[in-house]
Amino acid sequence: MESQLALTGKDYTLIVSDTNAAMSIIRMKDDEDKMKQLGEHLVMAYNGEAGDTIQFAEYVERNLRLHSLRHDIELQPKASASWIRRQLADSLRSRKPYAVNLLLGGWDVPKGTPELYWIDYLGTLAHVPYACHGYAAFFATSTFDRYHRPDMSLEEGLELMKRATNEVEKRLIVNPGGWKARIITQDGVREVIL
Amino acid sequence: MSRSYDRALTVFSPDGHLFQVEYALEAVRKGTCAVGLAGKDIVILGVEKKSTLQLQDPRSIKKVVNLDDHVSLAFSGLTADGRILVDKARVECQSHRLTVEDPVTVEYITRHIAQIQQRYTQSGGVRPFGLSCLLIGYDPYDNIPKLYMTEPSGIYTAWKSIAIGKSSKTVREFLEKNYQDDLNDDDAIKLTIKSLLEVVQTGAKNIEISIMKKGEKVKQLDNQTIEDIVNTIEQENKALDEQRKSRLQQQLDAQSAMT
Repeated sequence: MESQLALTGKDYTLIVSDTNAAMSIIRMKDDEDKMKQLGEHLVMAYNGEAGDTIQFAEYVERNLRLHSLRHDIELQPKASASWIRRQLADSLRSRKPYAVNLLLGGWDVPKGTPELYWIDYLGTLAHVPYACHGYAAFFATSTFDRYHRPDMSLEEGLELMKRATNEVEKRLIVNPGGWKARIITQDGVREVIL
Repeated sequence: MSRSYDRALTVFSPDGHLFQVEYALEAVRKGTCAVGLAGKDIVILGVEKKSTLQLQDPRSIKKVVNLDDHVSLAFSGLTADGRILVDKARVECQSHRLTVEDPVTVEYITRHIAQIQQRYTQSGGVRPFGLSCLLIGYDPYDNIPKLYMTEPSGIYTAWKSIAIGKSSKTVREFLEKNYQDDLNDDDAIKLTIKSLLEVVQTGAKNIEISIMKKGEKVKQLDNQTIEDIVNTIEQENKALDEQRKSRLQQQLDAQSAMT
């Protein structure tokens, strides 16, 4: 059952995704990485229609890379989010729209702030301190509402994320299978074990 | 129908030349000099930087550009044409990654560029690119430094070392005389600079060197490093000159002693 969660803390963005690849009720894979690193300080977690997600994620990845080659500088999270939103909005109005929902976590290098954007397949874009997509949204949002603070240390952030994923594991009929977590700080992206 | 007559087309002259393409080559010969050199595990691009006007920002002139993480390109000729070709190549690099999930090989992207250049010698309403390009880089699955050149006609060729642009003939002859296989990094950089010094009068401040090693990003040598190398080259040349002079003197002395 698809779940993506993310939160920003004092000087990091933490982004988590389940690792389940399912066909209807059958689990095909339990170590699928549903995130894409888009730049030195940018990670995108996605869910939605199986083929669409990867197709769209790779399209975004290559276009942002092309941009950074052309201009010798990477797009900052806000600009990337706006561009991605536009792609989804255009796609929505085409004959076959992408059905992809995204969480975009990053670090704004010039501003020195952690950034998190919530984007859905309708082309909604929201700059948020914490966010969820998929089934996690039903359970974890309230946990984040109650316990999140913008100045959380990394330990506190991981703890809160643990709490949220526990909630998801407890309430969902199907066990999400596993989690993959990435942290984006000023030093770049690294993987952590939740 | 009359419109189809005013489309300029590169047409043969009666003796089999394509004048437009030859004029494009002339534009290349007027461009600044660029040198490419492949060592044992390094590949280098050296370009002559035109001295900028007093109030101009020298950073805004780019002769060496990255096409992808592992391929760099230097061109000689019309800079504005270069920008167009470079952009087409960059798009192709990413497009290739998107379709086959692999980075391009250096030959692939060279061929792509050459193909575009060729197309512009055979289509209506266009003129050829006034450009020769040097491409350096590494293929995704081996460690061999690669160096290619393209020309306005669409020819592309692989080299150990080559020069394009102004006085490229002098530089190429110098390289032919001095190139050795399996040069180590320092010697390769030194030879590149030495060859450029053949035609760049103003020395270190008008030379730009980009080096590429397997698995690393392209690195631009800073001015100080280049200046140091230029200085050692000059000292070596001076020492060599003096040796030659003293040997000549000895010969003369010996001759005069005999008579």
